[in-house]
Amino acid sequence: MDKNNALIDLNGIIKTYHVGTVDVHALRGVDLLIQNKEYISIMGPSGSGKSTLMNIIGCLDTPTSGIYKLESELVHEMDDNKLAEIRNRKIGFVFQTFNLLPRASALHNVELPLIYSGVSSSERRLRAEEALEKVGLSDRKDHKPNELSGGQRQRVAIARALVNRPSLILADEPTGNLDSKTGEEIMEIFGRLNKAGNTIILVTHERYVAENANRIVHIHDGNIAKDEILVRN
Amino acid sequence: MISFLIKLWENILIALRALAENKMRSVLTTVGIIIGVLTVVSVASIIAGLNAGFSDQISNLGSNTLYIQKYPWVAKGDWEEYRNRPNITMREVEYIQKNLQVDALVAPSTATRRELKYKDDSLKDIIIRSATINTPQIDAITVDNGRFFTHHEINHKQNKVVIGFEIKDKLFKEIDPIGKKIRIGNTSFTVIGVLEKRGSIFGHSLDSEVYIPVESLFKNFGFHRSIDIVIKINDITKVNQIKDKLQFLMRVVRKLKPNEKNNFSLNQQEMLMETYNNLTNGLYTAAMGIGALSLLVGGIGIMNIMLVSVAERKREIGIRKALGATRGIISFQFIVESIIICSLGGLIAIFFSFLLSLVIDKITPFPSTVPLWSVLMGLGFSSFVGIFFGIYPAMKAARMEPIECLHFE
Repeated sequence: MDKNNALIDLNGIIKTYHVGTVDVHALRGVDLLIQNKEYISIMGPSGSGKSTLMNIIGCLDTPTSGIYKLESELVHEMDDNKLAEIRNRKIGFVFQTFNLLPRASALHNVELPLIYSGVSSSERRLRAEEALEKVGLSDRKDHKPNELSGGQRQRVAIARALVNRPSLILADEPTGNLDSKTGEEIMEIFGRLNKAGNTIILVTHERYVAENANRIVHIHDGNIAKDEILVRN
Repeated sequence: MISFLIKLWENILIALRALAENKMRSVLTTVGIIIGVLTVVSVASIIAGLNAGFSDQISNLGSNTLYIQKYPWVAKGDWEEYRNRPNITMREVEYIQKNLQVDALVAPSTATRRELKYKDDSLKDIIIRSATINTPQIDAITVDNGRFFTHHEINHKQNKVVIGFEIKDKLFKEIDPIGKKIRIGNTSFTVIGVLEKRGSIFGHSLDSEVYIPVESLFKNFGFHRSIDIVIKINDITKVNQIKDKLQFLMRVVRKLKPNEKNNFSLNQQEMLMETYNNLTNGLYTAAMGIGALSLLVGGIGIMNIMLVSVAERKREIGIRKALGATRGIISFQFIVESIIICSLGGLIAIFFSFLLSLVIDKITPFPSTVPLWSVLMGLGFSSFVGIFFGIYPAMKAARMEPIECLHFE
């Protein structure tokens, strides 16, 4: 694999939590390369360290040691403000519990990342509407989250993840709170987005969800147990 | 700069939205601030009103007027001692008139209260003032209809009277009072003049008084009264010099020995002003204390509510951080929210103090206005409280870890 042009380059990532006097080793030295436009699943049982890995990739957490390069930028050396900027510009999050602002309209929720990157309000509105259109929710833009179904909420979240044209979309159990039919619809959207050129990292513990990707990285006890390339027929 | 303004505006919108979602809580939170600002602004406006009224009325006394009286205006010693002082007599007035020899008007002044009667109408407890030839200038009165007393009338103790505007209105209504006879106590007096409207001082109408010649007052209503000697000075720069001379003359005429204290008082408008200022300064300090205390209590209330708000909105903070909000932006959002709550309280308080001021103006004799500086001070204080007590909760929000917040239920 091409290390120089990799989107994500993790090298010897260790994460240790101190819980009281006990050290919990969540990640024990992870090396991982992810290329642009990949569609990759990170799989593992709960407690395997996959959530910690996702948090580190998503710049929500920093490694105890190791090197993390995102588009050749050294993320592990960055301070809080710089990390916030990276999250804002390069990463689009989709969470299991949607994490929308409950009292704001769908449109306002989608606009949020643009507010923090200082986009003018007219352009913001335009881009947010465009993103909602991509997930098929143009007619629901003024609805609040509690007026939307679970699938619709997750689509708002996807629109929000897309709106700032990030380098990668990080989805943490995106179908975990949805019934299987709605889950499939959401996975279809991810498939479409990947074909359109978006890099997608999917974190899940379900094999059938993980299989939507082209590559599955198995995490076990804080290490990569298996790196599996799926061959499509 | 522009992006800062946009961010400020966005934050104000976010804060307003959050406040609108918790209307009751926001209003209750501001009560402390409202009370604090209301106290400060109202007391300031009441005192400003009093000041305007008081100096206005006191200036009627004239800063260039001195009074020699039995009692001091501002008592510093034993009342018993003042009471045992000899009355000031006409002899002493005449002595001063003769020997002062500076550019000043001197007149005796005394008064009594009697019933006034014209035909079947009567007015009780009317102030009857003594008049000499200098009285119009000293009391700043002008005759509207008829005339004032002549030398002859004053020197010959004639029973003639000049009446105030209100007396004319009440006793005579449409009738021309000149030449009519009225009874003061048991004596009949002829009306020779009506005074121009003068207004009131401390709620007492100057237009419900009458003047009669000083000797006529003594003859009809008794000699046993202390007279005030009123001295109106033309050249204000000579006040102190004239005060010294008056004191000297009084001591001479009373044959006081060098080691004896004055047994009369030299009064001046300044003394009232001084006492008044001491009084209002005390009031100011007390009000500022109460205001500061309520602002402190209100501020702690704000801090408390903001802490609750931060804890409740942990998840929101997590979401915002995940989407790229920096610590600065998060703390800014919460401080703006706190400032808005407090300024809202300040605005409500200012609104109420305007109402209060209107009410005071209507139901008390004191004028009341809300001075601009007190409005600005109220707003300034409340925003300051907002910033000061908003900082800690805002810092707390800003320092939260995004992962922890996102998993908060």
